[in-house]
Amino acid sequence: MIGWFDANLVSILNGFAIGSLLFILAVGLSIVFGMMDVLNLAHGAFFLIGSYLAVTFVAGESWSGFFTALGVAALVGLLAGGALSGLTEPLARRPILDQALLTLGISLIVAETLSIIYGNDVLSVPEPPGLDGSVAVAGNPYPTYRLMLIAVGLVLALVVWLVVEKTSIGALVRASVADREMVSAIGIDNRKVKVAVLGVGSLLATVAGVLAAPVYGARPGLDKTILLLALVVIVIGGLGSIRGALVGALVIGQVESLGRALVPEFASFILFGTLALVLIARPQGLFAGKVAH
Amino acid sequence: MSVIPDASVQPTAPGTGAAAPAPTSRRSVLLRRGLPVLALVLVLAAMPLFVAPFTANTLSRILIFALFAVSLDLLVGITGLPSLGHAAYFGIGAYTAGLVSIHWTSEAPVPVLLAAAAGAVAAVGTGWLAVRSGGVYFLMLTLAIGELTHQLATRLSSVTGGSNGLFGIPSVRVAGEPLTLAGLVYWYVLVFALLGFLGLWLVAHSPFGGALRGIRDNEPRMRSLGYSPFRYKFAAFVIAGGFAGLAGGLFAGLLRIVNPSDAGFTTSALLLLAVVLGGAGTLWGPILGAAVVVLVRDTFGPQLDGHGPLLLGVVFAVAVYVLPRGFAGLAGLLTRRQRGGAA
Repeated sequence: MIGWFDANLVSILNGFAIGSLLFILAVGLSIVFGMMDVLNLAHGAFFLIGSYLAVTFVAGESWSGFFTALGVAALVGLLAGGALSGLTEPLARRPILDQALLTLGISLIVAETLSIIYGNDVLSVPEPPGLDGSVAVAGNPYPTYRLMLIAVGLVLALVVWLVVEKTSIGALVRASVADREMVSAIGIDNRKVKVAVLGVGSLLATVAGVLAAPVYGARPGLDKTILLLALVVIVIGGLGSIRGALVGALVIGQVESLGRALVPEFASFILFGTLALVLIARPQGLFAGKVAH
Repeated sequence: MSVIPDASVQPTAPGTGAAAPAPTSRRSVLLRRGLPVLALVLVLAAMPLFVAPFTANTLSRILIFALFAVSLDLLVGITGLPSLGHAAYFGIGAYTAGLVSIHWTSEAPVPVLLAAAAGAVAAVGTGWLAVRSGGVYFLMLTLAIGELTHQLATRLSSVTGGSNGLFGIPSVRVAGEPLTLAGLVYWYVLVFALLGFLGLWLVAHSPFGGALRGIRDNEPRMRSLGYSPFRYKFAAFVIAGGFAGLAGGLFAGLLRIVNPSDAGFTTSALLLLAVVLGGAGTLWGPILGAAVVVLVRDTFGPQLDGHGPLLLGVVFAVAVYVLPRGFAGLAGLLTRRQRGGAA
């Protein structure tokens, strides 16, 4: 057992790094659906925008490029979320399929525009200086940047938990997940909340894209892979549940990483098998934050 | 509701006589609807005699895509289950037919029937989960199932040929003779596509189809009437998967190459576009939608330099606002027969 653990330590750590990224992504997707009933299938495409922004701005040995990429990505995410909020407003009373079609259309447009601008090659992004080496973890060398990613994920999880549980904004979020009409009845402008929620949700996607760029690089098709993983995470965790997003992200991170390392040909089966197992036991996910409809 | 009630609502045409007894008017309705269909079938059957092989090939692809679209319409329009991963069953059917043809036999009905069976079996395994969850989970799960099938097709390269695709599929044989002329292949596709359309039409207009519409419109009421919505939805999912597999089998026989992307998201999205453009729930609308989608992709695809999905995305976004009920909705507006509860 210890021997197995030692042999697969790198995969397990990779799993935590992937889990961290997935949490940042999935929490945005989950909150947007939980609060605003918007199923944003363009979330993966927003992530890819972040990755390509990292390609553009991160050059050479400097932190400034990395921070510029993060700042621009945050801004783009906010704007994209705001625009999406306006676009989905007329569809609020229509079947959920219409929203899905719109966001699918947007994701196709964004992904193709990116591939026209940047081409179809796999582009890599260097780690920021100081994080480009590796450190020894229990005797195995492990990239410093991925450890930093795990730390960022943990810090973000803590921040999100503090904001949601301890602040008045968090109270508003929880109330909106539970009963949006009651929230607007006590005098809170639903449309402003929607713009803000979609803005923050999309910001999380683009920022995750920048953070992931030194690991995954940027390539066409990455958006779909990432969206798939994020969807599996929130289906497992339960829509609208932040705890669910965290647990789901950690589980899927390990499944992805260990699955690919141990049985690469059947990693997709294992991913689907995990999903199936969870849904057989809990059809609404582990932590049903909101009843699906 | 769908095709038949429309016809009965229409004012009877002059000549059929208001005083005619019910069976006669029923027969006249049948004639009025049956004759154009018969004429259309005859025109379709005569096509290869008049058009170039390339056109016959395009028509074959339209027929296959139309069958595939109608199978999705059974889910989206009739049952109210919006699937984003229907291409998975199409792809599974196509790979099955391809592998059967390469390793065993390409004698006419065998590959496509096994393809249909494979599509249905795959739908049994995955649909059970997707249908059970329902609602927005259904959307996400079907998307995930489609993507996973795509990944699997790419990864299992020893069986599927990986991202190079499964090529070298021998041409379809009828009574031992390989079909090589585009016109003969077209007839082969036409026969199975028409059988497929007929099968789906019969399902949609059977009491079973009526129950599916009931579940779409008011699931709690159907449940209180003693129906089990899960069983009906699951059965619809499996039937739709089987017909998608059939379409995939025809596709493998026509193109004689199968790519992982045929099971992937872009195919699912194109298909959903055909259904939505045509008008979900009407069966004939998606056929029209499929024709438009194939023709537009053939016409504009080469000029877009491989960026066809860009056009697809724009059409999606526009169609959601402009054509919420597709061509069928337009036809409804034109004849001033706007319906209430269509999907």
